[in-house]
Amino acid sequence: MTKFIDLTLSGVSSGAIYAAVALALVLIWRATRIVNFAQGAMLMITTYIGSELITSTGSYVIGFLAALAGGLVLGAVVERALMRPVENKPELNAVIVTLGLYTFLVALAGIIWGDTPRPFPAAFSILGYDVGGTHVLFAPNDTFIVLVVVALAIGLGALFRFTDFGLRLRAAAFNSEVAELLGVRVGRMFTAGWGLAALTGAIAGVLVAPSVFLSPNSFDPILISGFVAAVLGGLDSPPGALVGAAVLGLVLSYVGGYEGTELVPMAALVVLVIVLLIRPTGLFPVSKGRRV
Amino acid sequence: MLRLERLTTDYGAVRALNEVSLEVQPGSVTAVLGANGAGKTTLLRTVSGLVRPTAGQVSFDEVDITRTPVAEIVRRGLAHVPEGRGVIGELTVEENLRLGGLHNKSGAAKPKEIYGMFPALEERRSQPASRLSGGERQMLSIGRALIARPKALLLDEPSLGLAPRIVGPIMGFVRHAVDTLGLAVLLVEQNATSALSVADRGVVLNLGRVVADQPPKALLEDEQLRHHYLGF
Repeated sequence: MTKFIDLTLSGVSSGAIYAAVALALVLIWRATRIVNFAQGAMLMITTYIGSELITSTGSYVIGFLAALAGGLVLGAVVERALMRPVENKPELNAVIVTLGLYTFLVALAGIIWGDTPRPFPAAFSILGYDVGGTHVLFAPNDTFIVLVVVALAIGLGALFRFTDFGLRLRAAAFNSEVAELLGVRVGRMFTAGWGLAALTGAIAGVLVAPSVFLSPNSFDPILISGFVAAVLGGLDSPPGALVGAAVLGLVLSYVGGYEGTELVPMAALVVLVIVLLIRPTGLFPVSKGRRV
Repeated sequence: MLRLERLTTDYGAVRALNEVSLEVQPGSVTAVLGANGAGKTTLLRTVSGLVRPTAGQVSFDEVDITRTPVAEIVRRGLAHVPEGRGVIGELTVEENLRLGGLHNKSGAAKPKEIYGMFPALEERRSQPASRLSGGERQMLSIGRALIARPKALLLDEPSLGLAPRIVGPIMGFVRHAVDTLGLAVLLVEQNATSALSVADRGVVLNLGRVVADQPPKALLEDEQLRHHYLGF
């Protein structure tokens, strides 16, 4: 029973990280119908930026904020410079661009920082809480991870639901032509949306880096888990992505704890296949309503 | 207020609009009539900038807007209510209305005023717009365009797919808005009789060309024209 609770809590923590990656993917998919395969590489770059600043300033907070700011800028630049030219072209073009960007960023990071994995500091202790004399898997840093992702989700939700900017973002995402006819500068909204998504990804990168170390390819598995979580949630729905990530985090934690960690990647695939077989639109399809 | 001069639009090799010239004055309705494929929707899409013309000019308030970006044209006070009603189904009724007023925050009306015009919308204010009936969507589209207090309105087939008993009130509302707000309205319709019932001027398009531009009464009396281009 203790083991079950232990695994559940650690599943919540990794689910939170998947959630942040899934949100980054969903935000872009919902707005532009593009799966951003470069997301893993983008959050790798911003995590390196964070790492550099933590090393040079000695402040975790500065490094954390620098990674976020880096994400915002990187996302906006990618949209303006690379995605804008393939807008309204066949979808495959955009997919190829994101794959190319992935390759480019991974190579660039290798040139600048080398391939040797480097450690990344955790914000708080990664030593599990002491419960009745035994250490559980869940550590103060996991509390931090969960709280940051919850704050991120609430922040994004509030931004989209309660602000004029969020309303414009949603309008541009759902129907860009009508949004434009209502005076929304749709291009700017797409740029902002990519920036916001990359910022969300950057948060995931900084949170997961202490447990995977930092190297040009160390975030690839996280991107896959995030992608599975996003698909579980329907790919279109931010709340769906959160639930999908929680489900995936728990399932993978139980599989890893009871059956062995070598089965975890396969378990993610099995979960994906089962959901796609039973509910191809994901657990939370966005209602399209009836067309009159 | 709104002036089109020899406006020509091509889709590839197909000429959809051929040197169309017309004018709409404040406080008046110009109805553009014609069969499917006559170029009516293209006309509105060219005016609002969604499609760029090959030649010719659109001016609004004496300013050339032929190459102005779509969102900027709207911000000048030229609202376009697209065909198929264009409500954003994923947003609630109230969000659709708010969105319409965002670009003119200081001058825009409150959703309450729009609910005053269309009480049916108020009951559904927090529902997704995808749940509205066809008539309610039309009301929402028009209300959403009016909330920013535009100077001119482009209406694309407001009667399309609506029950006849709703078409009358919608047209009546358009006329009322024109008379009270001094709007300039360019109304595109296949339903010629209902459009002409509220219009000050009727323009008939055929294969992208203007074949008639007359007061409604004269159009209705011209049996040959009616028969040829309007199908009644």
